Amino acid sequence: MALIELDLAHAYGANPQKDEDYALLPMQLRFEDGGAYALLGPSGCGKSTMLNIISGLLAPSHGTVRFDGIDVSAQSPQQRNIAQVFQFPVIYDTMTVEQNLAFPLKNRGLSPERIRQRVGEVAEMLEISHELNRRAAGLSADQKQIISLGRGLVRPDVSAVLFDEPLTVIDPHLKWKLRRKLKQIHHELRLTLIYVTHDQIEALTFADEVVVMSRGRAVQVGRPEDLFERPAHTFVGHFIGSPGMNFLPAAVDGASLKVLDVVLTHDRDLPQGDLTLGIRPEYLEIVSPQTPESVAFEVERIQDIGTYFLVACRRGDVTVKVRMGPEKSIPTAGQTVGLRLMSDRTCFYRNEELVV
Amino acid sequence: MSGPIKPVNQKAWWLVLPVILCVAFSAIIPLMTVVNYSVQDIISPERRVFVGVEWFMEVLRDEDLHEALFRQIQYSLSVLLIEVPLGIALALCMPAHGWKSSAVLVVVALSLLIPWNVVGTIWQIFGRADIGLLGYTLERMGVEYSYTGNATHAWITVLVMDVWHWTPLVALLAFAGLRSIPDAYYQAAQIDGASRIAVFRYIQLPKLRGVLVIAVLLRFMDSFMIYTEPFVLTGGGPGNATTFLSQYLTQKAVGQFDLGPAAAFSLIYFLIILLFSFVLYNWMQSVGTADAQEKSHG
Amino acid sequence: MVKKRFKKRNIFLAAYLVFALLPIYWMLNMSFKTNEEIVSSFSLWPQDFTFANYMIIFTDVSWYSGYINSLIYVLINMVISVGVALPAAYAFSRYRFLGDKHVFFWLLTNRMTPPAVFLLPFFQLYSTLGMMDTHIAVALAHLLFNVPLAVWILEGFMSGIPREIDETAYIDGYSFPRFFLQIFLPLIKAGVGVAAFFCFMFSWVELLLARTLTSVNAKPIVATMTRTVSASGMDWATLAAAGALTIVPGAIVIWFVRHYIAKGFAMGRV
Repeated sequence: MALIELDLAHAYGANPQKDEDYALLPMQLRFEDGGAYALLGPSGCGKSTMLNIISGLLAPSHGTVRFDGIDVSAQSPQQRNIAQVFQFPVIYDTMTVEQNLAFPLKNRGLSPERIRQRVGEVAEMLEISHELNRRAAGLSADQKQIISLGRGLVRPDVSAVLFDEPLTVIDPHLKWKLRRKLKQIHHELRLTLIYVTHDQIEALTFADEVVVMSRGRAVQVGRPEDLFERPAHTFVGHFIGSPGMNFLPAAVDGASLKVLDVVLTHDRDLPQGDLTLGIRPEYLEIVSPQTPESVAFEVERIQDIGTYFLVACRRGDVTVKVRMGPEKSIPTAGQTVGLRLMSDRTCFYRNEELVV
Repeated sequence: MSGPIKPVNQKAWWLVLPVILCVAFSAIIPLMTVVNYSVQDIISPERRVFVGVEWFMEVLRDEDLHEALFRQIQYSLSVLLIEVPLGIALALCMPAHGWKSSAVLVVVALSLLIPWNVVGTIWQIFGRADIGLLGYTLERMGVEYSYTGNATHAWITVLVMDVWHWTPLVALLAFAGLRSIPDAYYQAAQIDGASRIAVFRYIQLPKLRGVLVIAVLLRFMDSFMIYTEPFVLTGGGPGNATTFLSQYLTQKAVGQFDLGPAAAFSLIYFLIILLFSFVLYNWMQSVGTADAQEKSHG
Repeated sequence: MVKKRFKKRNIFLAAYLVFALLPIYWMLNMSFKTNEEIVSSFSLWPQDFTFANYMIIFTDVSWYSGYINSLIYVLINMVISVGVALPAAYAFSRYRFLGDKHVFFWLLTNRMTPPAVFLLPFFQLYSTLGMMDTHIAVALAHLLFNVPLAVWILEGFMSGIPREIDETAYIDGYSFPRFFLQIFLPLIKAGVGVAAFFCFMFSWVELLLARTLTSVNAKPIVATMTRTVSASGMDWATLAAAGALTIVPGAIVIWFVRHYIAKGFAMGRV
């Protein structure tokens, strides 16, 4: 169990000049001891690179990695005592489940009794005690991933457990089983867990704190609620949420705020000039077009998602999506409705960064 | 041909027909000729007598044949025992990426593309005391080396020649197998603190099983059929010390023109290879079946 | 500890590479010497460097025709082998049909037959057909072991292409020939390259059948090389040059398929 601090950058080549030369732009991150973190982002954002730097499979080109204050940047994964679970189950096919779990301890030279005891503990926690004597090769993918995980947990002093998109090859209907197991382990063992994924649902349900990454940058770090309510960057607003945040052009001139040529009143301390207004589909209210402080839109399309409706509204060449529960009255296509854009959930961005 | 279930389509026969015609022409017609000869005594082109299994019995009683077979088995076994481990070891040392990988690949694969008689010629020259580097060096070191006069020397030279010639086949197969192992396995092993030997034993060797089956089968079959290289190098000698089965057959068929017995022997020869290959293949597959059975119970 | 492992590995590799190259180097060495130099002195490199032996081969038609003949029948064989193997491999890869496993196995058994077994029957067959001493005769004879190999290799590569592609093309209205040529073939071009490489290799190196079925017109280089004994004794120098030249086509072919060689040796099954 360790506190992990990153103060680094990682470049592809020797002399990085511009942003594209970096796999990871200079950043500072802190992973508290015993916390559950997710590194979330699209393919190529650098999350796997960061994970490999934390684990020691990769050394950062600039900066340091510290475990409990000690600089481990030059140390191997084994020396850092981390455990890693990969995208596909990595197990030793020719061994039994028990031998798989015992392997790291055997390599460290622990006594057979201690090994047996430890393996038993971990097997029981992971609910695979009855499988111990089976050959690992014959198991299903999700069982194999559990064994991979077990091999990481079997060391009593493991500093952190890192997951690199571990549910990728698991059947969808079994994913919840593994997620439940992970939460249980976190609860019981209070290990530092770092989970890499491109699936926001996985990240938001697993982690206490999420690091949203895009193109080598840690765009925002925060609790799932904060990421949802107040995205610090339009990327976060867009990436998180299903569908993502709506963005509309706005302009502030003096005290007046103009959104899509409609003047709206506001009580915020807005900077002058061009801004982007962001509001989530969940927080848009549909009212009659005559309502004051609403902007008129034409309903283009209504999608019945099952548990909610998605209403696409258009004004000019701007399309906005509204998420409505089934209990509300659903407008019809072609109808003109009013949308309340301003609320305390509305965010304003300049150059993609949150300003208010 | 394993994998997801394939639909039945008898019209696929049309696609296979060209292959069948080609191979039938090259194989079935000659084979029928061989079978024909094996059960007849051809006293003259006009006079042929059906003799049933007489040739087969004669061949099976042939002492010279027994000796040639024994020599052949010794040869194939030695070849397998040396080339398989050596090939694997070589594959483990070959670089995986970059220009070095390409360069080493070309050098290693080179011996496989040399016409077999040239292989024999190369070693014939190499081993001579007057003009060959090996022969000359050994003579200067005081070793009485002669692959034409000394049976043991002939054997060793033929074996070394085969190792030189064919180990790259095993090495390239093993190299391919190694490249297919995802990095994650090595990373996990590093995290688990596994030693180099453990990585080989628990990760690399199991993953190599598929290609090793191919390697062993191919080397067994080809070494059992070998003709050109030892023939060019030693001519089968001294005496018949390095006369293996193919050469024995050729001598009988072409040299002594005993068509009947030669034909009978040909069939027996083919059946021996088929039998051994079949047994070998099934044995190697059975090791993997244990996994498959477990999977189906899982 | 990492450095030590590194060194041991490289030493072993270097030792093997020396072992692999030394006999070839020696032959090269001899090919640049004159016969007099070869029999009279012993040296690690030519004292009297000469291209004369190679010139003999390039200018004497009885020598260079050997290479041309070999190349001709090897290329014919390559084209036929891969050509008939492609549809068959597709059939084995995509469908089940009556006797499919048996036919596949039968094809492999042809690889297990000693060519020596076919010496005489081939001789008689081609004599009867009047095809003795032709390139096509050797090309056809080599189909015996090359076609099964090509089918096996191509089937392995084809099975790696998901059926969805076939089905999509069918839905999109492609006829089978068009689908095969425009869509499927480009996807398996590595497999085709590997199959062609192996057909080239096994046909180029084979001696027994090639020598038996030819005499003058289609005489391959492998047979020509056996006639270098003359009145003045063994013509080692020319023999060495001829041998060195036989390695060249092989080296060129390896270089072209070097990225696929390893995978190809595993017949696409890795």
